[in-house]
Amino acid sequence: MATSVRATSDGSPRSSRTDPSKSRKSGAPGPPGGWRAKAFRLDTKASPYAYIAPFFLCFAAFGLFPLIYTGWLSFHEVQLGTHATWVGFDNYTALWDNSFFWTALRNTFTLGVISTVPQLMMALGLAHLLNYQLRARGFFRVAILAPYATSIAAATLVFIQLFNPDYGMINQFLGHVGAGHVQWNSSKWPAQIAISAIVTWRWTGYNALIYLAAMQAVPADLYEAAALDGASRWRQFVSVTIPSIRPTIFFTIIVSTIGATQLFGEPLMFGGSVGVSGGTDHQYQTLSLYMYDKGWQIGELGQASAVAWVMLLILLLIGAVQLLVLRNNRRKLGS
Amino acid sequence: MRTSGRTRRTAVLAVAGLAACATLITGCGSNSKDDSKGGSSNEKITLRIGDFGSFGYDDKTGAKLFAEYHKLHPNITIKEDNVSDSGQYWNSLKLHLTQNSGLDDIQAIEIGFVANATQPQYANKFVDFTTVKGFDAGNWLDYKEKEATTSDGKIIGVGTDVGPTAICYRKDLFKAAGLPTDRDAVAALWAGDWQKFVDVGKQFKAKSPKGVAFTDSAGGLFNAVLSSQTTQYSDQSGKLIYDSSPGVQTAWNLSAEAVQDGLTAKLQQFDQNNTWSAAFKTNKFATVACPSWMIGQVAADSGTANKGNWDIAQPPQAGNWGGSFLSVPKSGKHVAEAEALAQWLTAPAQQVKVFQKFGNIPSTKAGLDDPAVENTTNDFFPGTPIGKIFATTAHNIQPAPIGPNDGTVKDIITQNGLLDMEQRGTSKASAWSKVQAAVKDQVGS
Repeated sequence: MATSVRATSDGSPRSSRTDPSKSRKSGAPGPPGGWRAKAFRLDTKASPYAYIAPFFLCFAAFGLFPLIYTGWLSFHEVQLGTHATWVGFDNYTALWDNSFFWTALRNTFTLGVISTVPQLMMALGLAHLLNYQLRARGFFRVAILAPYATSIAAATLVFIQLFNPDYGMINQFLGHVGAGHVQWNSSKWPAQIAISAIVTWRWTGYNALIYLAAMQAVPADLYEAAALDGASRWRQFVSVTIPSIRPTIFFTIIVSTIGATQLFGEPLMFGGSVGVSGGTDHQYQTLSLYMYDKGWQIGELGQASAVAWVMLLILLLIGAVQLLVLRNNRRKLGS
Repeated sequence: MRTSGRTRRTAVLAVAGLAACATLITGCGSNSKDDSKGGSSNEKITLRIGDFGSFGYDDKTGAKLFAEYHKLHPNITIKEDNVSDSGQYWNSLKLHLTQNSGLDDIQAIEIGFVANATQPQYANKFVDFTTVKGFDAGNWLDYKEKEATTSDGKIIGVGTDVGPTAICYRKDLFKAAGLPTDRDAVAALWAGDWQKFVDVGKQFKAKSPKGVAFTDSAGGLFNAVLSSQTTQYSDQSGKLIYDSSPGVQTAWNLSAEAVQDGLTAKLQQFDQNNTWSAAFKTNKFATVACPSWMIGQVAADSGTANKGNWDIAQPPQAGNWGGSFLSVPKSGKHVAEAEALAQWLTAPAQQVKVFQKFGNIPSTKAGLDDPAVENTTNDFFPGTPIGKIFATTAHNIQPAPIGPNDGTVKDIITQNGLLDMEQRGTSKASAWSKVQAAVKDQVGS
C-alpha cells in the first residue's frame, strides 16, 4: 500500500517536471539525452508496476494459481498419490445427488444466519453505547476487541467446557431455572446455537469497532438538529445513525457472510473426534468441514475441489445479490 | 499403538502444518554425513524412527532400547520422531510417501492403516522384508505378518505387538449388583458367547448402583465383539463386505441391543473433551473391553482411589484389537542399518522388555511364550496375572482378513451409527441406514 502511494506521488510529478526541462536545455536531443529520456520515461511508466509487483507475484503464486488449479482438479478424479483422470462434471453432479452435501449447505446457511444476525445487531448496539461520552471509553473500546484477539482453538475449548451437557456451567444454570437438560453436543439446534455463540462472541467486538469508527464520522450537527426536533436517543439511533453508516453495515454484512460461509474451526473443535463429520449425524457439518472430509480424510481431492468451487460460486452469488441491494439502496437515497 | 478410532479425527487443523513441519525436521535430520547405503561401515550415522503414541522404545520412559542399541552399535544413534496421534501420523506419512520425501529411516504403521499401506501406490515405496537377510515370517504369530503382506506376496513391515482383548471389570460394582467378583467366576458368566456378556449386563442393570452403566460405550463393545469375529469388514481380496458380513452383524446387533437396554454409559472412547477419561474416576461404568494396551489407560484414568477395584477377566471370545508394524522406506540413506534395527526392535527379547515396561503384548511366538511375559503383573491390578491372561487370549485369536477401508467403516459405525443411537436415541434401523449412506459417501461402495 504505502509503497505504491509513494511511488506515484514521488515518481511521476518529478519526472514530468524534469523531463521536458531537460530536452529544452539541451536543444537538439543527442544520443545520450535520448537514452536518458527513454530511461526516465521507462522509469516513470514501469517503476510503479515494479513496486507493486511483489504483491501480485505473491497473489499469483498463492492466490490465483491455487484457485485455478483447484478448478482444474474439480474436473478430475484424483486421489492422493495417483494421477488425475478427466471426469468432466461428474464431481459436481455427484455433489448434486449427495445428501451430505445438501445437509452441509443447509447447516452452513443456518449457522451463518444464527451467528451473523445477532452478532451484527449486538455490535451495532455496543457501538452506539460506546459512542456516548463516557468514562474510561478507551478501556471499553479495547476490551470489546479482546475476544477477537483470542485464538479460535482457545475460545472453543472454553466454550466446550461451558456447554458440556454433564457438568457445564450453562446446563447447571439452566437447571436452576428449571429449563431441563440440554444436549448441547448431540442435538441439532442446541449444537448449532452453541457453535454460533462462539462465533458471535469472537466477532461482535470486531464489528462494533468498525461501526464505532463509522459513527464517529457522522456530523454532530445532525444529532443536534435531531435533538432540537425533540428526537429521543433511540429515534436518533434509528433515524440518524443507521442511515449514516449504512455503507459500513453493508461492508460488515459482506465480510461476515464470507466468514460464515467458510466456518470451519469452531464446529471442528466443538465436535472433538466427531468434528469432521459435524457430530454423530452431521448436525453441524459445514461446507468447509465437508470439503476437508472429502479431501483429507478420504483423499478424494477432485471432489473436495468441486466443493471448494461451489463455495466460491455461492459466495460470488451472495456478493452479487448484496451489491444489487446496495446499488438499489443508493439510488433510493439519491432520489 | 492404539486403535485408529481414537485419533483419526483429532486436531485436524494442524495436520497440514504438521506435515510441513515434519518434512522440515526430518529433511534436516536425515541429511547426515554418510551417503553410503552399505551396511558394514563404522561411520557414525543417525537412524530416525517415525512413530506415534507410545511404542515403549525410548530412553526416558520406555524400555531404553535406543540406548541399548547404541551400546551394541556405537556408531549408530537413534532419534525418534513421535506424534501422539496415529491418524494424524498416517495422514502425513501418506503425503511423504506420495512425495517420496521427508521420510524417516523407519516408519511405524498402525494396524488400522496397514492394509491401506499394502496398496501398490504405497507398498512399492517400502523395503520387501521377504528379501531381507535374517527375516523369517514364521517367527511371528500366524496372522501377524499376513496383515502386512501385499497381494503379490511382499511383506512391508515387521510386527511390533498385538492387541489381545480381555474384559476389565469393577469388582466393587459387580459385588454391589450381586454378581461374582472372582475373575474366573466372572469369565465363566460369559464364556464362549458375547450374547452372554450382554445378558450379564442386563442382570447387572437390574440391581446396579444408581448412575452406573454396565459398560462404557457401544463403540467399545462393538470393537471388542468384532475383533473376535473371523469375518470383519472386508473379504480375503480386501473388498468391503461390511453390509453382509456376519461378524459385523453380530457385533452391531449386540451393541445396538446394549444401547436399547441402557447398558452403555453413552460415552465415546478417547473423546477429546476427556469425558470418557473422567468417567473412570467418577465410576460411571463397570466394564470396559481391555486390549493389552488399554490397561495403562484404565490405571491412569481411574486414579489411585480405585486401585484394587479393577480386575481383568477372560473375554467371551478372544479378539485382536490393535498392534503395529515397523517398515523401512526404500528411499532412506541407511536402508541396511534400518532393516537391522527394525528387526532387532521387534525381536522376541526386545518385545518382552517392552511388555514388562509398557503392556504391549509381543507378536512373536517366542516372545509370547517367554516365561517373563506370563509372570508379569501390574501394581494397579494387585494379584491379577496380567501376562497370563493376555498371552492366553493372544494364542486364541482367530485371524480375520482386513482391507484398506476398514478404519473408515469402523469410525462410521461406531461414531455415526452407535454413538448417534446412544446420544440421540436414533432407532437401530435408521442408524444403520445412516451408516450405509455415510460409507457410500466416504468409500463409494
